[in-house]
Amino acid sequence: QNVGCRTLSLSAHVGFDSLPDQLIRKSIKHGFCFNILCIGETGIGKSALVSSLFNTDFEDSPSTHFLSSVRLRAQTFELQESNVLLKLTVVKTVGFGDQMNKADSYQPIVDYVDAQFEAYLEEELKVIRSLFSYHDTRIHVCLYFISPTGRSLKTIDLLTMRSLDSKVNIIPVIGKADSISKTELQEFKKKIMSELTSNGIRIYQFPTDDETVSEINTITNGYLPFAVVGSMEKVKIGNKMVRARQYPWGIVKVENENHCDTIKLRRMLCTNMEDLKEKTRAYYESYRRCRLEKLGCRDIGPENKPVSLQEVIEAKRLEFCLEVERKEEEIWQRFVQRVKEKAAMLEEAEQQASMPVLTEFEHLTLMHQEGELKFGEEKLLEDEKAQFVEKKGVTESIQSQVSVSSPVSLK
Amino acid sequence: AGPVDSKNEAAMSELVPEPRQKPVVPMKPMGINTSLLGYIGIDTIIEQMRKKTMKTGFDFNIMVVGQSGLGKSTLVNTLFKSQVSRKSSGWNREEKIPKTVEIKAIGHVIEEGGVKMKLTVIDTPGFGDQINNENCWEPIEKYINEQYEKFLKEEVNIARKKRIPDTRVHCCLYFISPTGHSLRPLDLEFMKHLSKVVNIIPVIAKADTMTLEEKTEFKQRVRKELEVNGIEFYPQKEFDEDLEDKTENDKIRQESMPFAVVGSDKEYQVNGKRVLGRKTPWGIIEVENLNHCEFALLRDFVIRTHLQDLKEVTHNIHYETYRAKRLNDNGGLPPMTVETEENHESNL
Repeated sequence: QNVGCRTLSLSAHVGFDSLPDQLIRKSIKHGFCFNILCIGETGIGKSALVSSLFNTDFEDSPSTHFLSSVRLRAQTFELQESNVLLKLTVVKTVGFGDQMNKADSYQPIVDYVDAQFEAYLEEELKVIRSLFSYHDTRIHVCLYFISPTGRSLKTIDLLTMRSLDSKVNIIPVIGKADSISKTELQEFKKKIMSELTSNGIRIYQFPTDDETVSEINTITNGYLPFAVVGSMEKVKIGNKMVRARQYPWGIVKVENENHCDTIKLRRMLCTNMEDLKEKTRAYYESYRRCRLEKLGCRDIGPENKPVSLQEVIEAKRLEFCLEVERKEEEIWQRFVQRVKEKAAMLEEAEQQASMPVLTEFEHLTLMHQEGELKFGEEKLLEDEKAQFVEKKGVTESIQSQVSVSSPVSLK
Repeated sequence: AGPVDSKNEAAMSELVPEPRQKPVVPMKPMGINTSLLGYIGIDTIIEQMRKKTMKTGFDFNIMVVGQSGLGKSTLVNTLFKSQVSRKSSGWNREEKIPKTVEIKAIGHVIEEGGVKMKLTVIDTPGFGDQINNENCWEPIEKYINEQYEKFLKEEVNIARKKRIPDTRVHCCLYFISPTGHSLRPLDLEFMKHLSKVVNIIPVIAKADTMTLEEKTEFKQRVRKELEVNGIEFYPQKEFDEDLEDKTENDKIRQESMPFAVVGSDKEYQVNGKRVLGRKTPWGIIEVENLNHCEFALLRDFVIRTHLQDLKEVTHNIHYETYRAKRLNDNGGLPPMTVETEENHESNL
């Protein structure tokens, strides 16, 4: 990276060690953003968990079980802690797992994640763009809620996670984990992790390359999937109000690490935010690469020489023009052919119809009728021709837009 | 939601180390919906960011422009307390003045307090030294645009590097000759052309030839001339982000700039201390003494407070301007018009 650079030593204090502070100061001014996607069946506790994670009451209304398809609902909140301003966007699935036929349940979710990448790509490709002030909506982490059956993963879980594991960081969590006993929980967790591995599903691993956090992250990786309990209500314990669920047989405290893993999840999300965002950027890069390659862009041309974007655009434009010309020619030839055919047909009919018995008048009438027919046919052909010319005009205007318009419109 | 526990608030502010140079950014008013109860840990993102930047390091590219003999190399060496200028990499003072303007870039890696910086010093020997200096800024403008082009090419690649190497010129120090009268036509022409593509910081070289009064008057005259000619030097008024920036930058623009500097790589003993300075029969000029010259102001401005901002203005404004222009006169394609939000442009 530093080829041809020599390392110099400084003879006194210069002062650029304040650079990280300068950068941090600017970032604080600009604010941070973080986007979470929660996937889980209706009633599994997504809203309760999010409220518990950020220890604040996000207003939300419970949804019905009778939606015909899966939808996604996004809400943005501004949280502040000391001088850090965080724009938090929480996207939840609505109606997941409620349909009779769940074959397509994962599709709206995948489409949503892709749409955020697409929106960012569009902004990036604009001529006049403002990336600096762009509100990044790309999903940084996906919390996948597993039902606390105690048995194994459901098919829909595997299907959904597999469709997302190359696009987003997945952290599996067990929802409403207070319905499983401790011993059952250990078995359940083991089963889930082995099923994920054997199905080749990649979930997010907390980074272990930095020595300061590798130990705690390795331990945390061993707690996956997190058994979480969330609560919107608070219960009075002693003289404090704590988030908890009150049962006749006891109180489950959300923030007690012996009761559930909610605090672990919170800690891990917060201390690895930067890493989650970095991995999201990597997912975005592969999305971008696929998208651009699909549109026919390449970095290396046919002779293995690097191709500039201009050349690619010009080449594509030429290709398109030639294609249009070819089609035009084809249609014109067909038109000419049909006119000829029609003319031949009419002549033949005329010959057949002209019999010496006919009087002059009848002959004239017949000729008049034939003439009208011919005129009708020709008018039809004229109309067709006019329609075609119109279509050509529209195609041309689309073509000039398509060659310079965004990828979305080519979808 | 209940009121924030006052004890928690105090605890929260203890946990965050204050940035070194500036006061902590005042708390913005609470946004929609929520207020946090109890500590969550969101502010740990600051430490994560710090760790990340320490690991990746920083690039900084600084260009020096001015006639030969104005002390450019010495000043840059003094700024970075090390032999960074090309004069020290095997060149000698007796070398011939080149026939045209040359661009010579030398890279170094320096480290301080765990922060690694790749510093590139770009020298422009031959500028203003010819008989006929018309258009001598053109090779410089060309070089600057070439760096933008390099970055753009990397950015539009399908398979992109994780971190695009940044060779763009972040800061251009323009050396004004301390005539005491006014700016020369060459100075005005250069700055007029280049202030639109790069951050220009004008400095008055060899300021030890002027008395305090002469210095103040000269500076005032230079500022006036720059204003009259519509030359926007860094920090540009239009890019002040908020009131805090504006007040701070206004003071710099209207009082301190252009910095009248003296450079030196020799040390002398003054009052029992070793200081950088120039020894004359009538006294020792201390480079870092604010009563003698404004070197310390320049150094603090460029390195200690505005270095990151110099890079950001280069990236968010100068580079974007170049890119937009470049994509608009796209080899043969009809120029794109900005239409409604639906029909936004792209280069595909």
